[in-house]
Amino acid sequence: MTQEDIQRIKNNPKYNELISKRSKFAWTLSIIMLVVYYTFIMTIAFSPETLGTKIGDGVITLGIPVGIAIIFISFILAGIYVKRANGEFDTLTQEIKDEFNDGKV
Amino acid sequence: MKKLLLLGLMFSITLFASGTIEGEIEKQPLNMSAIIMFLIFVGGTLVITYWAAKRTKTASDFYTAGGGITGFQNGMAIAGDYMSAASFLGISGLVYLAGYDGLIYSIGFLVGWPVILFLVSERLRNLGKYTFADVAAYRLKQAPIRTLAAFGSIATVILYLIAQMVGAGKLIQLLFGLPYELAVVLVGTLMILYVTFGGMLATTWVQIIKAILLLAGATFMALAVLAQFDFSFNDMFAKAIEVHDKGELIMAPGGLVGDPISAISLGIALMFGTAGLPHILMRFFTVSDAKEARKSVFYATGFIGYFYILTFIIGFGAIIMVLNNPEYLDVAKQLISGGSPILGGKNMAAIHLSHAVGGNFFLGFISAVAFATILAVVSGLTLAGASAISHDLYANVLHKGGEVDEAKEMRVSKIATVVLGIVAIFLGIAFEQQNIAFVVGLAFAIAASANFPVLFLSMFWSKLTTRGAVIGGSLGLATAILLVILGPIVWVDIFGFQDAIFPYKYPALFSVTVAFSSICFFSITDKSETAQKEIEAFEAQDIRSQTGIGAEGASSH
Repeated sequence: MTQEDIQRIKNNPKYNELISKRSKFAWTLSIIMLVVYYTFIMTIAFSPETLGTKIGDGVITLGIPVGIAIIFISFILAGIYVKRANGEFDTLTQEIKDEFNDGKV
Repeated sequence: MKKLLLLGLMFSITLFASGTIEGEIEKQPLNMSAIIMFLIFVGGTLVITYWAAKRTKTASDFYTAGGGITGFQNGMAIAGDYMSAASFLGISGLVYLAGYDGLIYSIGFLVGWPVILFLVSERLRNLGKYTFADVAAYRLKQAPIRTLAAFGSIATVILYLIAQMVGAGKLIQLLFGLPYELAVVLVGTLMILYVTFGGMLATTWVQIIKAILLLAGATFMALAVLAQFDFSFNDMFAKAIEVHDKGELIMAPGGLVGDPISAISLGIALMFGTAGLPHILMRFFTVSDAKEARKSVFYATGFIGYFYILTFIIGFGAIIMVLNNPEYLDVAKQLISGGSPILGGKNMAAIHLSHAVGGNFFLGFISAVAFATILAVVSGLTLAGASAISHDLYANVLHKGGEVDEAKEMRVSKIATVVLGIVAIFLGIAFEQQNIAFVVGLAFAIAASANFPVLFLSMFWSKLTTRGAVIGGSLGLATAILLVILGPIVWVDIFGFQDAIFPYKYPALFSVTVAFSSICFFSITDKSETAQKEIEAFEAQDIRSQTGIGAEGASSH
């Protein structure tokens, strides 16, 4: 890739749009995942008895639904990202590629 | 003492194999159904290997199945790589032993996946060809970066292999009464056959088939356990609390991750480690483009998450149906060490449960599946290790890339496969008495401290230089290994010293910090001309990693 190619792509507003939108989206989701996970880990580290609290009348403790919920959250966040990336972001990427190959902007 | 235990274990296996007359009649058909299912699986996979071997002509075929795997197939295969014997047997065994702690492990193993998807999966696909070193060395100096990446890969692969081999040995030992060593040799030999002849295509399909079998088998087991309690989780947990010696403690985090440092360190190892496992990273190069790469992680996350929920139920099922069940009690071991040990150790809890819920036929099925799991995972691992040796060390370091013809590179890869297979066999025998879940933990620590920081910063940080990556990555690797050696697992359990010099089982918190900070320090202070060029080259790399412009198109198969 020549210096000129780099400039052409960087000058394309669509490229900047893609980068800023996607990176914001990806980092937001990553941070959500990290916060969820490390809140869980910190709870285990500093206050394990919280997760051992019984909920309802039975023997099930808070830790069980919380653990299962984290598994579901992981899957759902992955789904949210793939939906937007494979739609909106890929369309943008394709447009950038086409414009680059056609020699425009 | 260890010898005595070993003797006791062997004695108990002999007891198990011969048994009383009643036992003899009962156990015999079980062995046959297991053997038949083993043979069907091995036969089937050898047919696949033969089919794959005919299609594996170029280096690209060998390393990445020509890039023609779909997102769904790859998602299955990634899940297959991840749902290893250590996961299935180790985590269900951990739940069986300690209850809730097993779930903590599972969650740590899972949450790395979405983050890999958001931040690295498409960049990896857009930049890499065969190994993750292709990405890390994209704009840096090839020889030093690839050497470092290869060492990180090989160390991770070997540790992971140990875990799988130990699982395989114990499993076959339990089922057939075969000597442990023979079982390990058998697995090593089959794996060498799959990889050398069938390459990535055979490895992928072995992985997919095994993932389907494992998910089906585990689903049946979990449902069978729940059905006994009319699908009431509360009743199931209540029964488990009643029979387990730890009582209600199994429903809360326990001693396994006792202190805060260990908990955080384990979390870091599992999350960043996943993103640094060479056999997993390699899977991103088997799909055609970024879109398929993303889809594969999405499917993989779903399958893996579902699988971990199953192993949790299976572990509790084992507490209820295996613990205190005289049929699975290791009498000889009990005489020596007391308590109520089960035959083959706690990692066999899931296997015994399969017998308890589905009789001999289902025991045969699950054993065959567990065996298949090990074979598939060791194949993927060995392929990743062999690629690091042939593609990174041989072709790009020794021959500086370009001048090596593909046939020669593939031949080196196949030789490396055989050597790794033999090494795995020896280490599998040496590590017989170690807890396999912890060995995987160590592999993750190294992946998180050496492979991941270099790979991550090479894609995200423009100021990374060769000097920073090499010094920082090496320090991360060295710190991880050193702390593991000085830690309780090696220093106390293996070397037999009284107290560990480094008190924590999981070094990742320290070694990852060392890696990141020293990479940054040695990059920023690098004022050389080459460093300047490497920084300038980031822009072009970044455009390619973001858009795929310039990335190699994949051929279809």
